[in-house]
Amino acid sequence: MRVHLDAEKCQGHNRCYALAPELFDVDDYGQAMLLVEGDVPAELQDKARLAASNCPEYAITITENG
Amino acid sequence: MSIDESTESTAAEPIVRIDPETGNKVITLERNGESFDFVIGSSPEGTDIWQRVPYDADDYGPVENFDTDFDHADPAYNPNAPEVWKELRESGCPVAHSDRYGGMWAPITHDTVNEVAYDTENFTSRSVIVAVGRPGDLSLPAPIGGAPPITSDPPFHGVARRLLLPPFAPKKIEPWEEEVQKLCRALLDDMGEIVPGETVIDAAVQYAQNIPVNVIGRMLGFPQEDEELFRKFVHDALERIAEEPGTRVGGDDLGHYITKQIEEHRTNPRDDLTSYLLDEVEIDGNKLDDEVAAGMIILLLIAGIDTTWSAIGSSLWHLAQNPDDHQRMLDDPEVIPFAIEEFLRAYAPVTMARMVAKDNDFHGCPMKKDDWVLLPFPAANRDPKKFEDPDSFIVDREENRHAAFGLGIHRCLGSNLARLELRVAIEEFIRRFPRFELAGDVRWSVGQIRGPRELPVRILDVAN
Repeated sequence: MRVHLDAEKCQGHNRCYALAPELFDVDDYGQAMLLVEGDVPAELQDKARLAASNCPEYAITITENG
Repeated sequence: MSIDESTESTAAEPIVRIDPETGNKVITLERNGESFDFVIGSSPEGTDIWQRVPYDADDYGPVENFDTDFDHADPAYNPNAPEVWKELRESGCPVAHSDRYGGMWAPITHDTVNEVAYDTENFTSRSVIVAVGRPGDLSLPAPIGGAPPITSDPPFHGVARRLLLPPFAPKKIEPWEEEVQKLCRALLDDMGEIVPGETVIDAAVQYAQNIPVNVIGRMLGFPQEDEELFRKFVHDALERIAEEPGTRVGGDDLGHYITKQIEEHRTNPRDDLTSYLLDEVEIDGNKLDDEVAAGMIILLLIAGIDTTWSAIGSSLWHLAQNPDDHQRMLDDPEVIPFAIEEFLRAYAPVTMARMVAKDNDFHGCPMKKDDWVLLPFPAANRDPKKFEDPDSFIVDREENRHAAFGLGIHRCLGSNLARLELRVAIEEFIRRFPRFELAGDVRWSVGQIRGPRELPVRILDVAN
């Protein structure tokens, strides 16, 4: 699984950081940053899906491998 | 300039006269040796600072059809808003209209609300509270507005917002948790002896309304004894929308108060948001004008008070009627973050507004420059195209892309603080009072901010 963050769409709601701090961080301006490169570890995949499905701006997308 | 001079000059009585040529009302204010004219009337476009909108609520009476006569300030609207949105949606009306307030539109689907929120070309933020007065083209400065950045459009919007984002970033807000907790516990302690099954408290008046006002007052470095005054300012700005701007009694009180606070902070700078705005931040290498700083302070003071208080009140209103959700939150604390987001979705307190910047056709609606457009994010949150079973409160709803804090570039600046206050306020209340029920009539707010203003609940159980 891969997770993508569209920084242009992010408006700083900070839902991803609240729900999946292992995968996302936020800067002083509330802008989200992705902490993982490449595949999302298996134990964090549910959190990645949760972050994506709680982003009001649809800035996070998930690509399932295979 | 000393505080005394400032008080004297700002307190000068305004001179009101009627311009014999245009029939406009002109209010002249003397301030610091300079005089300013506020023009209220319908003089030719481009010459007005404030335009009186041709609307008198008495000519219209109560709303009968919300699709053609929408009025968010109708006393029946806030208590029944979810039913109103549902009826509009089911009758195939994605954008309601009204001749009130000089012309107003109300998109109620998620798609249409989202579209307006993102279209800063056709819709300006120069005024975000629908009222009988609106800023004219000379209301200065149009792209900045009276309370930046909420009243600003790009590009100034981004400049102003960047100054205010850092103090409200998640990591700056997290340390306030303990303070909010102490405050909530003190408010609960102040309720005195509670006799389970008998004691009735007002959860809005004795609890919810006191929390955000205290926190933002402290962040701004304003005296705690002024809290009652802050609630009056909020009421003036958000609920007295049918009175003429510039003429309402006490309408300038907020401006005078902020001017005095700015003077006081210039004399005694300290570690708070007011001194931060006056002494630390810069735009293009210059410190903020007093007027811009005052506008930002007004925004911070007004925007965070009855909004969060409404969210806390609505959540407690829900729990008073749904003991199963209450019990679930006590039994399974992991559900609390999801419950908080569901409260925000189902009972989002804030409807914003825009003004039409230029004539445009919006999904077949002929929108005219200076028409109002409401942005009912609470209605968007109940759109079945975006939310499964939207009129049901699902305490552990997993997918929840609600728009309680807005969509697009004006996302609520204080959302991290609001979430913290809401969560802590609810946690403390439900733990102290593991069971409570509604104990009488609820009085709802009137206007763009929706929430209970009186919420009598009977306490059925008290934790030790």
